Amino acid sequence: MSDANATATELTVEDLTGIMRSSAGEDESVDLDGDILDSAFADLGYDSLALLETVARISRDYGVELGDDVLDGVETPRELLAAVNRTLAAA
Amino acid sequence: MRADGTVRTVVTGVGVAAPNGIGTEAYWAATLAGRSGIAPTTRYDASGYPLRLAGEVPDFEAEKHIPSRLVPQTDHGTRLSLYAADEALRDSALDPAGLDPYGMGVATASSMGGFEFGQRELQNLWSKGGRFVSAYQSFAWFYAVNTGQISIRHGLRGSSNTVVTDAAGGLDALGNARRQIRKGTTAMLTGGVDGALCPLGLAGHLSSGAMSTGSRADRAFLPFAEDAPGQVPGEGGAFLVLEDAASARRRGAREYGELAGYAATFDAAPQASGQAGAGLVRAIRRALDDARTAPEDVDVVFADAAGVPELDRAESRALGEVFGPGGVPVTAPKSMTGRLFAGGASLDLATALLALRDGTIPHTANVARPGPGHPIDLVTGEPRAADLRRALVVARGRGGFNAAAVVRRDV
Repeated sequence: MSDANATATELTVEDLTGIMRSSAGEDESVDLDGDILDSAFADLGYDSLALLETVARISRDYGVELGDDVLDGVETPRELLAAVNRTLAAA
Repeated sequence: MRADGTVRTVVTGVGVAAPNGIGTEAYWAATLAGRSGIAPTTRYDASGYPLRLAGEVPDFEAEKHIPSRLVPQTDHGTRLSLYAADEALRDSALDPAGLDPYGMGVATASSMGGFEFGQRELQNLWSKGGRFVSAYQSFAWFYAVNTGQISIRHGLRGSSNTVVTDAAGGLDALGNARRQIRKGTTAMLTGGVDGALCPLGLAGHLSSGAMSTGSRADRAFLPFAEDAPGQVPGEGGAFLVLEDAASARRRGAREYGELAGYAATFDAAPQASGQAGAGLVRAIRRALDDARTAPEDVDVVFADAAGVPELDRAESRALGEVFGPGGVPVTAPKSMTGRLFAGGASLDLATALLALRDGTIPHTANVARPGPGHPIDLVTGEPRAADLRRALVVARGRGGFNAAAVVRRDV
C-alpha cells in the first residue's frame, strides 16, 4: 500500500476513514461514513494514541513526514486533512 | 465473617477460554467427554522448531467478541482474556455500575505478556524501521496489559494488579483478589488467560528444557505416567468473579463455592530446579490450615501435573506426605489443554468449582495409570462421580513458585 500511495498528492476523507478503521478500529456508536469532518476525534472515539497510530499510518502510506508541528492544534478530521494535504502539496 | 475475623469470599462468576472449549459450558462438556485441544501448531510455521504441538484455542474470531476499537491494540492473548473476563462478569450478574466507583478491581496473572504482538512489532522495527512500529506496542506486549484492558472495558476502578509467578500465577492472582476484598473492595475480576504461542514465546518455553518434542497429540503430555515425555504449551485460562460473601448473599447471587484457603511458598535455588517438594508441602498445608480443613476432608486434588518425571515425582511425593498414599483422588484435566502457564491454575480452579457443582471429577486423559513412582489415586479413563465438598488446587511456577487453594461448596 505504501508504494501505491507514495506518489498520491491528496488524502481524501474516504482515505482517512479507511486508515482510521484499519489502524485503530471504529467505535460501535459512531458511523465514520457519516458527516464527521467537523467532529472532534475524541467524540469519534479516538484518543490520542489512536490519533498517533492513524497519523503514523498516513505518514508511512503517503511517504510524508508529519511532525508534531504539523499536527499542532489538529482536533477534527477536516483539520487533519488540511494539515496532511498542505504537507503533501509542499513535498 | 470467618473465624479469624476476615470476610468470606465466594466465586459468583466463571468465564473460560480453553483449547478444548470457548465458554465455560463448552469447555466443561469437552473435558467430561475427554476431548483434547492438543494438536499440531497452526498459528505459525512450526516446521523449523523442535516443538510441533500446542493447545491452541481454536476458531476464536476476535471481531465477534471484542469491540472494533480494541482489535488493533490487543495481542491474541489479551483478546482471549477480554472474552473470558466478559463471560465471568456476565455469569455473575454483578453490575459494576451499581457498586461504589472503586468497589471492583482486577487481579490477573501473566507469564510473559502479549508476545505475539510484540514479536510482530519488533520484526517491523528491525526490518522496516521505527515508523512501522504500532503506537500500541507501547502497552500491548506488557504483562500487565490484561488487567488494564479489562479494567478500562468494564470501568473497574478498584485496586488492581498483576502477578508474574509463571504457572502458579492463577492462584496467586486469586490470593491477591482475596486480599483486596478483605481490605474493603466488594468484588474482583481475577484470573489468568495466558499463552504466547509464537516463536518469541516458544524461545522462552524451550529454555525450560521441559518441553515435549513428540508429534503424537495423544502421547505428548502425560502427567504422572511412567513415560511422561514433557510438557505441551497451550493458551487460554479462566476468569472468576470473586466477591465478598455478604454482597453475594445480599443480591442473591448464585455461588459456585467459597475460596476457603490459599497459600504460597517459594523454593529458592538449588531446590527450585527440581521443585523437591518441601515448599509444595508447606503451601498445601498452609492452604488447608487457612481453610480450617483437615486433609481427610479434601475430596479431590487438581494437580499441577508438570508432565516432567522429576517434577511429577516431587508432586506425588508431596501429596503422599499430606494425604497418605492414594489418600485422595487426584486429577489433571490439563492433560487435555497442555500447560497454560499463568492461565493453567485459573482454569483448574474454575474446573474444580464445576466439579463441585456437578459431583463429577474430570479425568486425566491419555494416561492409563500412574507410573510406579506415583502412589496416588489418579482419576483416569473417564470422569468419576463423587460427593464433592472441598477441592484442593495445586500449582507450581518455574523458578520455585508454589501455590495452593482450597475451594468449598456450601455445605
